[in-house]
Amino acid sequence: MRALRGGWLRFRSQRVAVAAGLLIALLALAAAFAPLVAPADPLAQPDPVALQNQPPSAEHLLGTDRFSRDVLSRLLYGARVSLGVGAAAAALAVTIGALVGLAAGLGSPATDQILMRSVDVALALPRVFLILLVLALWENAPAGVVVLLIAVTGWFQTSRVVRALVLRLRESEFVQAARALGTGRPGLVRRHLLPHLAPAIIVSATLDVGNIILLESGLSYLGLGIKPPAPSWGNMIQDGKDQLFTAPWVAAAPGLALLITVVAFNLFGDGLQAALGPRRRR
Amino acid sequence: MLTYLLRRLALALATTAAVVIITFALVHLAPGEPFLAGAEGRFVPPETVARLRERFGLDRPLAVQFVRYAGNLASGDFGESFARHRPVAEVLAEALPNTLLLGGAALVLSLLLGIGLGMAQAARAGTWADAALGTVALACYSVPSFWLGLMLLLVFGEWLHWLPVTGMADVALRAPVGALHHALDVGRHLVLPALTLALVNGAAVARFHRAAMIEALDADFVRAARSRGLGEGRVLVRHALRSALAPAITLAGLSIPALLTGSVLVESVFGWPGLGRVAYEAIFARDYNVITAVAVVAGVLVALGNLLADLGVAAADPRVRRA
Repeated sequence: MRALRGGWLRFRSQRVAVAAGLLIALLALAAAFAPLVAPADPLAQPDPVALQNQPPSAEHLLGTDRFSRDVLSRLLYGARVSLGVGAAAAALAVTIGALVGLAAGLGSPATDQILMRSVDVALALPRVFLILLVLALWENAPAGVVVLLIAVTGWFQTSRVVRALVLRLRESEFVQAARALGTGRPGLVRRHLLPHLAPAIIVSATLDVGNIILLESGLSYLGLGIKPPAPSWGNMIQDGKDQLFTAPWVAAAPGLALLITVVAFNLFGDGLQAALGPRRRR
Repeated sequence: MLTYLLRRLALALATTAAVVIITFALVHLAPGEPFLAGAEGRFVPPETVARLRERFGLDRPLAVQFVRYAGNLASGDFGESFARHRPVAEVLAEALPNTLLLGGAALVLSLLLGIGLGMAQAARAGTWADAALGTVALACYSVPSFWLGLMLLLVFGEWLHWLPVTGMADVALRAPVGALHHALDVGRHLVLPALTLALVNGAAVARFHRAAMIEALDADFVRAARSRGLGEGRVLVRHALRSALAPAITLAGLSIPALLTGSVLVESVFGWPGLGRVAYEAIFARDYNVITAVAVVAGVLVALGNLLADLGVAAADPRVRRA
């Protein structure tokens, strides 16, 4: 009976994760085909006086902002930034983390010590402050730099997870056997270790995407991430802040979009972890 | 225990040193000139810039500047703010208490919320109530803090008029109303920013605490307590919570960097005159000494938080002490 209920709960949690995955796919499609889906040009200001701060209507489903731009269109184009930065930075971060984790796990004890003690220190650095500092001092950094900064400061946890797995796998019989058969280190990593590391890396990347999207939105909100007039959900909230009380939809819509997207990534990540992870989360 | 302590202390020192070195290097290697910040900088005569650079020692080699800065720092001298023409220590002394007040209130509130919610969920694990509470926690965990702040502002400040919308106190009222009223006024201004930070951070605490509680509720000693016929409330609080408290203490320490980071955004939303705002303004003004000083203070606070958390865990869990 208990087992049955557990199975049902697992299934339900998977169902939620599947729904979250579909939502993410839908968002990605909307972002990719934004020029086709969006009702208007996200930068067009048809009438900055008569059409500014219009409440949601049949013509402008989410209203217009203070420059008379269509909020829904900006939201769709903004999805490109959030998802693009999130996916690119997460992929880069887990790649760096996996490489460092492999180097620490397979390297000499001295390498391992140096790498992992550095990670200890790096984990305690004020990450957001440092990113803010770099973006403010090197003005007008392109989106690529934002991605790079987030990735370079975001791989520490992954490297720990990968190292711990490598240490465990290194002692397992199939790895010992492969070594005894004379498999070199590259072959060992590619054919024997990576297949076992992949689930943990994928889970780590998925859970990272949500956090990175939040981080990027915060940077853009402060005027340091994606620069206006190009729409990003963070700088749209900044745009809406000044007429929050008179035109609340301008700030509300991108925030809700962020909330839904990040919830979807977290649910999807949790589901993946439940399905793939060796330690099932309850 | 002593080795454990020393190792943690060494880590805290290494972290602080790393923060100072990285910040100093970034600030001084960046393009831009502190005395030309802003558009009006174009009209500053070059001789004046040269004179100012000499006065603040910026014409020296970077290594010399760093040694001098580190030496001053070790004796507690943070230097002078270029932009505010005041000692940096004074600027910090004004802002730090405000950030500590906001962060402290948010920390206490988020632990109460998080531990309470995590416990309530764990006691009903697998039911609809657990799922509903979990959804609320997930939403708070996934929301951008600055947006949550704006929405709370909109609802409780503008629509319901329950709470003030910005600042830390009604400045005009300060003199006539006396200390007690001033404290109450600050308290009213504190509610929304502290709640914003606490909801976001509390959700993270709840997610971890729920897992820790479920694990604890599964343990043999809890089953033993139940089989002795103890009430469920007593089992939950006296037995399970005690063993699940170590991760909660760790989380309290780990919350400090999250709260400091959050305070940059939330202080800007609510106009709270704290460290986050000082940092933000200093970064844009290229106020080198203030930027580095804020980084040092943040680094020390984070290191201190981790250290206290480690000590708390060692106090709560005897196994750690022997490790």
